[in-house]
Amino acid sequence: MNKSKKKILAVVWILIVAALGAGCVLTGLGGEKAETIQETMRDAVLHESNQISLFGLKDINPALISGMVVTVVLLVAAALIRIFAIPRFKYVPGKFQMVIEQVVSLFDNLAKSNSPWRHGFLGAYIFAAGVYIFVGTLFELFGFQMVTTKGLSVALPAPLSDVNAAIAMGCLSYLIIMSGGIAGNGAKGIGKTLKEFSLPISMSFRLFGALLSGLLVTELVYYYIHLSFVLPVVVAVLFTLLHALIQAYVLTMLTALYYGEVSEPAHKKAHEKKKAKTAA
Amino acid sequence: MNIPLNIDWQQILLHLFNFAILAGGLYFLLYKPVKDFMAKRESYYQNIDNETKSRLQQAEELKDSYSRQLSDVAQEIAQKRTEAQKAIDASREEQLQQARDEAARIVENARISCEQEHNKMLSNVQKEISDLALTTTEKILLKGEGSPFEQFLNAANAEKRGEPDA
Repeated sequence: MNKSKKKILAVVWILIVAALGAGCVLTGLGGEKAETIQETMRDAVLHESNQISLFGLKDINPALISGMVVTVVLLVAAALIRIFAIPRFKYVPGKFQMVIEQVVSLFDNLAKSNSPWRHGFLGAYIFAAGVYIFVGTLFELFGFQMVTTKGLSVALPAPLSDVNAAIAMGCLSYLIIMSGGIAGNGAKGIGKTLKEFSLPISMSFRLFGALLSGLLVTELVYYYIHLSFVLPVVVAVLFTLLHALIQAYVLTMLTALYYGEVSEPAHKKAHEKKKAKTAA
Repeated sequence: MNIPLNIDWQQILLHLFNFAILAGGLYFLLYKPVKDFMAKRESYYQNIDNETKSRLQQAEELKDSYSRQLSDVAQEIAQKRTEAQKAIDASREEQLQQARDEAARIVENARISCEQEHNKMLSNVQKEISDLALTTTEKILLKGEGSPFEQFLNAANAEKRGEPDA
């Protein structure tokens, strides 16, 4: 590409950006805000007003729609990978195969290292949970629009920014941990799991709080038109990426850790104590 | 019951339902096939590794065997060399002995031959001396006692009488 073409391309790009910027400002100035910042923030937390109809059966929070969309997207992607990529996998992997294997190995190794005596089911669970949290959190970056029951437009949030989704994920993780305890130690495993009775609440609200904070900051930034330029690049993209990574890691790590703790066979501990005594 | 934070049990269940579908789907479509593939690859390389180790062990055993054989061969060579040296020594000794015997025989033959020659020469010399003495005597006699005929007659007479020759 020669210099004159480059110049023309740069000018066209600047003109497009300027036109879009002007359009944003002009359309924003003319319209009226449907709700105040307080209402927006409150609704982001409680989802009292902006609900979406689920095929006319029930009014649900937008995050549930996000969860369903994420599930469909992930399953379609997994099916495509299963049909087109996995049969072509080679013993010396290419870049794409390497990424897929790394993701699977990451969660598998996390399960193995934290629960060496029982990790088959745990690996599959934390893989699904990790991928769901990561992709679900990144999903809010796309800002897909849905129409609420009140006729307003709402951007689909991260699925786990809804307290119901966070509670579901936290409680399910707790149940998975308990299942590990039962499988490893029977009734004693239930007791070991119940000792950590605060775990479902802490896991649920940690997830909810972390993702909600990101959502609130994003809502706040987008509420004011003057903050909607440049700043979202940092706030939305970087914060969301960080959230996605950190929350996926934290929940899967905690689940694997507690699962390993409650599923550890009792005789191993007794054996270790004996060893320590003899060593002493 | 009005639960704070707008918590809705039905929506929690819907989220669980949604996640259960996702987890199952991801397990069967992605997690298990990829793990199976990795296990297959691990098994493949494990087999290669085992095979290599086995072959290496075989090679080591073969090497040991060859080393032993080489050692045996070296010992055998040393033994054969010793035997050959012994045989050479024996052969040399035998040849020397033969040479000594031959030399002794030659010397003995030479001595015998020399002795015979000496005796022969001695007898020849004695004969020559006696012939010479006889000839000399004859000449002397012929000069002092007349003709040969007379000498003959005298000799014959003397023999008849049993007188010894003068």
